[in-house]
Formats: sequence, C-alpha cells, structure tokens
Amino acid sequence: MRLLFIIMLALVLAAGVGVGLTWTTTTRGTELGTLTIGAWTARPRTGTSDIDPYSRATITRNGELPIGTGDGVAFTASADDKKKALDGRCDVVVSGVTPPARFWTLTLYDKQGHLVANTLERYGFTSQEIVRGADGGFEIRIASRSRAGNWLPTGGIERYALMLRLYDTPVGVATRTKRDAPMPAIATVGCP
Amino acid sequence: MIRLVFTIIAGVLLGGVVHLVSVLALPRIATQDAYSRLTPITKLNAVTVLPPADPSNTLMPYLDPAFATAVCRYDLSGGPIKLTVPVSQAYTSVSFYTRNELAYYAINDRSAGRKVIELDLMTEAQHNELPEDEEVTSADRLIIDSPSTTGLIVLKALAPEPGLMPQAQATMAASKCAVQVEEPQPKQAVAPAPVPAPAPAARGKR
Repeated sequence: MRLLFIIMLALVLAAGVGVGLTWTTTTRGTELGTLTIGAWTARPRTGTSDIDPYSRATITRNGELPIGTGDGVAFTASADDKKKALDGRCDVVVSGVTPPARFWTLTLYDKQGHLVANTLERYGFTSQEIVRGADGGFEIRIASRSRAGNWLPTGGIERYALMLRLYDTPVGVATRTKRDAPMPAIATVGCP
Repeated sequence: MIRLVFTIIAGVLLGGVVHLVSVLALPRIATQDAYSRLTPITKLNAVTVLPPADPSNTLMPYLDPAFATAVCRYDLSGGPIKLTVPVSQAYTSVSFYTRNELAYYAINDRSAGRKVIELDLMTEAQHNELPEDEEVTSADRLIIDSPSTTGLIVLKALAPEPGLMPQAQATMAASKCAVQVEEPQPKQAVAPAPVPAPAPAARGKR
C-alpha cells in the first residue's frame, strides 16, 4: 500500500513537472539561439534545418510558419528600450535606421499574433511607403489616437508586440552585434 | 521520511524526462500546426492563394499583411513536382517546409536571378533515379531535395503599398505547382528554356 502511494506520488510529480516545463518553455520561449539587439529579438536558426527543439515545439504548437533564411529574418519586440512593456494606450516612437535589406516591414500584433482591427486598415508599414526625413531616417508613432506622419494605430489594446521583418538581407545566423544590424530605437514618449 | 525525499527526487528527475520527450514529440503530435490548419483550405499539388491577412483572418499567427501569400501542399509519392512562379515587381520568395514545418529551403527572386522562378522538387530517391545525362542538362534547372514526402511550399509576393496588392495577388494566382507527368517531359521543358535566357547573367543560381 505504501509502495503504491510512493510510486503514484512520483508519477504525478513527474507528469506535473514535465508537462509544466514544456508548457512554460513553449509559451514563454527560451533563450536558445536568440539574437538580441536593443529591444529586438530574433531567432535566425528557426528558418534553417538547425532549428532547436524548443523553437520547433513552439512553432508547431502555435501553427506558425517560420520565415526561411533565404527569404529573410524576423525581429520581435514586446518592450521598449527601457524594458517597459509596450502599451497600446501610450505613445510609442520607433525611430532610427534599419539593417541592410532590400525590403522591410514593421507590423503590430496582439499577444496571440493576430492583427489588430482599426478603421484605417493600417496594420504596419513597408520600407517603401514610409515617410522619411531629409537624412533618410524615419519615425513611426504608435498610438491609439491619430498622429501626424507615420501613424500606426494600436486599437487601444493593452499589450502588443512589434515585428520587424527584413527581406533579402545579410542579417542572419552569423550576425552577432549592433554593428552588423543597427536596429531602430523604441521609446515610450507619453502615457495618458 | 528519507523514502519521501527519494520519491520527490525521483519524481522531479522523471519529470525532466517527460519534459524532454514531450518537447521532442510535440512537432509530431501537434494537431493545430500550420500544415493541419492549411489542409482543409488548400488543394494537394496545386497552388491555393490564401485570403489576405487581416484581423478577421486567424488562420495562422504572425502573417505579414504586406504580402500576398499562396500555398502548394505537396505529396511527392506520385513523382517530382515542378514549380513555376512569375516574379512580381517588388519582391517574390518561395519557402519550403516539411510536414512538420521545418524550413529546409527558401529562395527569393534575386537569388533565382530570372523573371520566373522555376524549381523541381523531389525526394532524394527520385533525385538519385534521374538519368546521368539528365543531370548535366539539369545544371540549368534548380533541383531541390525534400527531406519528407509531404510538406508545404509557401509563395509570397510583396505589395510595397496597399494599392499594389491586387498585382501581387495576380502574381500568386499565375504560379503553377504540379506533378511532372512523364519522364521525357522535363527534357522538352529544358530545351526551350535557354531561348528566353540570353539576358545577361540569367544563369546565376545562388
């Protein structure tokens, strides 16, 4: 009787620990193979056959299709440069320069990875449609109410993530530092 | 008491094993992966243009709304697949995924270096069965070995401005993905290929 109890306890503990760990690693993600520059994080290896098992599990669980290395690389940010989580009720400015690439797109997603509805049908910007300053730099204002210039509406949602995708770019598995890939700055400039 | 401590240690260690096994098994047992989500709305060995990415489209997370996307769900058991994608004005790319969403190959219009991206997709066994002389002429064609018999080919065309989306969609609709029917067929297909090719550096591969 006692032996049975002990075996049961061990098995329940094993199931709890095992499934719990799997759940947290596939929802929160791991540090494995990540490239972090400023507020931006990419996993260049997810687009190759060398993808780590954790990323594979996450991708199949969420139903994503990772961007292939010959196609481009995707950087995500869910906090600003001061590590403050991106809030759709605040004004956030993304500015500066992007790494070399033939095209890039910046898109706003909710926490599930879906686009956020707005009357403008504006879900992001491409490198061609953006309004630039005289020096070639750009500034994107992310806010719930309309703003001048490159305005990206948040729909007032509490938490969101930005994804900067570079297409046909030398940035990839070999990239290590900011010098190879200068990423735009993200700053929260005002909260109501 | 000591027995209880041992039980807890054993439980946690076993938990680690359960964790590793479940992470490794997840790609095989996941039922909501991209391939399963695309199966009901795509045709086998044919190009299906996906509906545009917008907030009501929750087919897959993290779709890029600036792109027109099409999918060819392939099964190589009936023979190799020939893929033809016309290049759109801005940017066109073709990505290959196995049944378990492993991105094993991707190419864009510039590295393909032509007005039309033409690829042959086959399993390694089918590649080895190609006749020797065919191999020589095939220097002109791009052959890709698929690690799995089934999988996904994702075609994407960029619309740099929202107004260019219909054009990008048309590029996707004009692409072809089909099983190669007969063996002599590819030879005929190869013969006319160099005719439109004399454009400078049309042979650049990667």
